[in-house]
Amino acid sequence: MDTFNRIAVFGGVYNNYLALEAAVGDARRRGAEALFCLGDLGAFGPHPDRVFPILMDAGVRTMQGNYDHSVGNGLADCQCGYTDPRDNYFAKLSYDYTFARTSNRHKAWMRDLPRSIRIRLGDYRVLMSHGSPRRVNEFLWESATPTHFLEKLCDDFGADILLATHTGLHWHRPLSNDRRFVNVGVIGRPANDGRTNIWYTILTAGGGLDVAFVPLEYDYRSLAAEMRAEGLPQAFIDTVLTGWWTCCLEVLPMKERRRGKY
Amino acid sequence: MSKEVPKVSIHALDNLWFQVGGTVCNLWCTHCFISCSPDNHAYGFMTLGQVRPYLESSKRLGVKEYYFTGGEPFMNREIVEILAETLAIGPATVLTNGTVFREGDIRRLAEVERSSPYSLEFRVSIDGYSPETNDPVRGEGVFRRAMEGVRLLLRYGFLPIITAARVWDEKEDAFVQKQFVEALRAIGYDRPRLKVLPPLRLGREVARSRGYADDEQVTPEMMAGYDQGHLLCSNSRMVTDRGVHVCPILIDFPEARLGETLEEAMTPYPLRHRACYTCYLYGAICSNAPSLPEP
Repeated sequence: MDTFNRIAVFGGVYNNYLALEAAVGDARRRGAEALFCLGDLGAFGPHPDRVFPILMDAGVRTMQGNYDHSVGNGLADCQCGYTDPRDNYFAKLSYDYTFARTSNRHKAWMRDLPRSIRIRLGDYRVLMSHGSPRRVNEFLWESATPTHFLEKLCDDFGADILLATHTGLHWHRPLSNDRRFVNVGVIGRPANDGRTNIWYTILTAGGGLDVAFVPLEYDYRSLAAEMRAEGLPQAFIDTVLTGWWTCCLEVLPMKERRRGKY
Repeated sequence: MSKEVPKVSIHALDNLWFQVGGTVCNLWCTHCFISCSPDNHAYGFMTLGQVRPYLESSKRLGVKEYYFTGGEPFMNREIVEILAETLAIGPATVLTNGTVFREGDIRRLAEVERSSPYSLEFRVSIDGYSPETNDPVRGEGVFRRAMEGVRLLLRYGFLPIITAARVWDEKEDAFVQKQFVEALRAIGYDRPRLKVLPPLRLGREVARSRGYADDEQVTPEMMAGYDQGHLLCSNSRMVTDRGVHVCPILIDFPEARLGETLEEAMTPYPLRHRACYTCYLYGAICSNAPSLPEP
């Protein structure tokens, strides 16, 4: 198993290739020895095919999210886990857009991505998953995930550090025996906090573990302009420009919902 | 059609339910699937002392979410302390008719929720968007009182999930949901959360609409390729003052009581009840998922 001391981990990219470019550069400047992406390459943003060359050229170790599984296997929807009609309406718009504009070569590449990644970070056994180690589209929200549940996941899957994404919001919970759960956030869209930056995560081992959530500015105005040119929904563009989520909110638990504007 | 009954194994105990209000309710709704009423004492209130050992063993089993229902949970004098103790270990959802809140209790729960890392969700049952559409089902004056309950929750910073049993024609779904949103916005709930439930053709609902038809039953053939994770019995159990049952819907059936402890209740369960058909069609009807998925 590969061992590192400092890694950078990116959550959902959501076609936001401008944020991905910025995150790769920033992580390298901060001395990350390896870069990881926890899946959901498509959705939301413009020009899906622009994401793949960046991942490949930078050697980002990428795993499969529910979106990549769907697009790669030609499924009818993104398996995002929404049940609200308005949420599903927007999810379908972005899925159809992404599916139609992703090349067959990149679909095949996504189809073969691993569903989890295990490495060592110092002495810590790290398990990376998209939603959770047990289900690719499980939402692990900070206010709806008990500590004892995370402890059990660590026990069941033999890991000291669990990394996941899928919800779009970064958070971190220390567990017993110096174990951790970290939701690394996403680089595809802002964190519903009224700020336009995105977030990724740097983990450093050495005399303990340091978890750093990195706020990262990128050219969000260009992204919004490209989304407009591609005819993507105004609701998505508003999120890029304001930092507030405007749709797919019905899955949020109350605390997370209350922090947002809509 | 096959006579065999498919069995569902529990994969993980993600959701733990408590019948904290028993079958005692201040209302007498015409669609209640366990026929709750002021004088239905089939199940009684649960005390904090009864709830506590289950909370303790739930940690070992890795329970993810806790749900509290009845009857009317807020008729239970210990409900605030039960929720407070739960919020120390995980997220809690309480299902209520919203008509018997005491402001002091809601204030205290707001304080508890603010100091907990976990969400406290209120699911307030309202079945129509006006007195004219709600009160024939839930009782005279109940719409006004429930909306006052919603207003109180909003005042203390909660974002209640308004839960409506579909007592209207399916074809009117979009119209009814729009009316609900407007009614809630009119009292200052600017981002209303709404959940619509399919009718469970048990209890009083049988007289209000109808019972299950002969062919409304889950067969082994129907389970081929079906994701059992949609079924509550694959990830949940219900604790009452009389033991642990397979799910919140079936407590009136003696065979649905699986044991005294959570560990005893982790056994597979056959989908032998007609109500299992509703769960099969709609999936996750008891979770906080917002709306009625397509069957």
